[in-house]
Amino acid sequence: MSGPSTYNPKTGFEKWLDQRLPLPRLMHDTMHTFPTPRNLNIWYTFGGILTFCLGVQIVTGIVLAMHYVANAGLAFDSVESIMRDVNYGWLIRYIHSNGASMFFLAVYIHMFRGLYYGSYKAPRELIWIIGVLIYLLMMATAFFGYVLPWGQMSFWGATVITNLFSAIPVVGQHIATWLWGDFSVGDATLNRFFSLHYLLPFIIAGVVGLHIWALHVPGNNNPLGIDVKSPQDTVPFHPYYTVKDAFYLTLFVIFFAVFVFYAPNFFGNPDNYQPANPLVTPPDIVPEWYLLPFYAMLRSIPNKLLGVIVMGGAIVTLAFIPWLDTSRVRSNRFRPLMKQFFWAFLVVCVILGYCGSQSVDAAVAGIPLVWVARIASLYYYAFFWLIMPIVGLIETPKKLPTSIAQSVLGESAAAASPAE
Amino acid sequence: MRLKTNSLALTRILALTLACGAIASAPAFAAGETAAINTARLEPKKVDFSFEGPFGTYDRAALQRGFQVYKEVCAACHSAQHLAFHNLMEPGGPEFTEAQAKALAASVKVPAEPNDKGETTDDKGQPLTRPGILADHFPSPFPNEQAARANNSGALPPDLSMVVKAREGGPQYVYSILTGFHQTPPKGFKVTEGKYYNPYFEGWNITMPPPLNANSVTYSDGTKATVEQEAHDVVTFLAWAAEPKMEERKRLGFGVLVFLVVFAGVLFAAYRRVWKDAH
Repeated sequence: MSGPSTYNPKTGFEKWLDQRLPLPRLMHDTMHTFPTPRNLNIWYTFGGILTFCLGVQIVTGIVLAMHYVANAGLAFDSVESIMRDVNYGWLIRYIHSNGASMFFLAVYIHMFRGLYYGSYKAPRELIWIIGVLIYLLMMATAFFGYVLPWGQMSFWGATVITNLFSAIPVVGQHIATWLWGDFSVGDATLNRFFSLHYLLPFIIAGVVGLHIWALHVPGNNNPLGIDVKSPQDTVPFHPYYTVKDAFYLTLFVIFFAVFVFYAPNFFGNPDNYQPANPLVTPPDIVPEWYLLPFYAMLRSIPNKLLGVIVMGGAIVTLAFIPWLDTSRVRSNRFRPLMKQFFWAFLVVCVILGYCGSQSVDAAVAGIPLVWVARIASLYYYAFFWLIMPIVGLIETPKKLPTSIAQSVLGESAAAASPAE
Repeated sequence: MRLKTNSLALTRILALTLACGAIASAPAFAAGETAAINTARLEPKKVDFSFEGPFGTYDRAALQRGFQVYKEVCAACHSAQHLAFHNLMEPGGPEFTEAQAKALAASVKVPAEPNDKGETTDDKGQPLTRPGILADHFPSPFPNEQAARANNSGALPPDLSMVVKAREGGPQYVYSILTGFHQTPPKGFKVTEGKYYNPYFEGWNITMPPPLNANSVTYSDGTKATVEQEAHDVVTFLAWAAEPKMEERKRLGFGVLVFLVVFAGVLFAAYRRVWKDAH
């Protein structure tokens, strides 16, 4: 899609097809000859890994849906029946439940990579914003999916999250009732969550298509954050990046498989092996790990509406990053000051996650975690709304290399390139 | 990131109330309760089981003994409704012979299907029953939750099919509960009437009476039936009940990992070769 197509239909059928529906041309241009910066590192393999994760979740999910019963009285037992009576049902379910964690792990790495190398900056703003949309859809899908086994944490997690909408003034309670389809979380809620859990992944797949389409117009950013200037700077996607992505994907699958086969309940909560019981509240209601930083923000604000706004705002903020960053330089490799704030931000996100996993009144070394979460939330917002705009203006970036080829191949190769 | 919290009962209630500050319909909790002493459950005892670790398997003899403990002791009050009699003869479990499993199934009465006249009760209005078959699930000791509570001082004996997976601390926790009775409560802690002191249980008051005594069962293989032995055996059985495909899972996982590592090696060689001249 970037630049003129080099596709050359050979057979009669390919020529016939090319004039009607040029699918082979699309595949050739996007997955074969697509010019890709030659300096992409390991962190750039997570796009492919995420596509794999989405595929795994959809395939295992479709099989699970063949055996799952979306009924408040039967759902828990049907999941247990999948684990015990369906051939390899335990494997499919453990892949699906651990797959969600792997998906989020990969997406967080992918997002932090984009943040570090400035992949959201012009001309890639839309890629980033579409990515934020995918992330939102993923969170919704994961939440709906977590409700389906209808265990204690499913039920109470659904209760807490849907009740967040009741914080909206005047109409809040009505919205909550509308979401439930009842006056509390129940069978109607489970059924619509199942329906949406089946629908959203396909919407994600569509938006991923847009994400990749938008990527293939300007092409990949790269760790140097400088533009591709000559063919010397790039290599064709195939075989260079197909083989590299395949290797790192396999390493990722090994990591994935260790959890599926040897610690399948590592990311889970024991309470979810108890059937949902509206009369018994679990001692601690905790979301899955990937939502904990936002949960920590929500809990650290004493006012419910304000808490919901702060939590929602933290996600919405991400969409504004392309315009909050005022720096002319993309990559943090050449931004000595911003780099430090970036790593601090990463640590703050982990701290927020930790705070979210603990009781609200827990303390570490005498410091109440609720205050740690408050300060961390403050940094989260300050990082985007203050540090990003200001540092971009006051920072003196390091000298950028003249080209990707010069940086990778050295002076001689780069010097030779203009003569070619 | 395993979500672990070891906060005490009251702080958990506080935490929850705060968390549910986000909930309009926050449920009411025992507000007047005062906790003079910390009644958070103790860390479970450190005890090893054969099924732990990447190559751990269930001790077959312990599974069979544990089933005996379950059947003769636990099953009086606790259901295990996700287990069926045919599970007892499947690979990776207690591996009773088919004849043994059939005999075990036949030894229980299960609700019968309607008879030729379409009746489900006999002349006296009692539900029809028949001897169990391999396809039947383990019968529950009480017909419904109310009956279970009425017979157990208002408490509901939890279903044991998944108890090992459904409790923080897993097998060690269940073992500690079973062996955590008969201790003197600390000064200032009053055991609630009708309850029993067990410091491994959250709040320290448990409704379940000490279930195991020495020689609660007589093992046919000559193993000495101490409380610890019985507890260890029945926890092994319950761990299998919760995760009956564990041995198959670990075995398959090993093959999958070996394949993936070899495959990664091949891909690495291809990767190096393709990129040899590119950087």
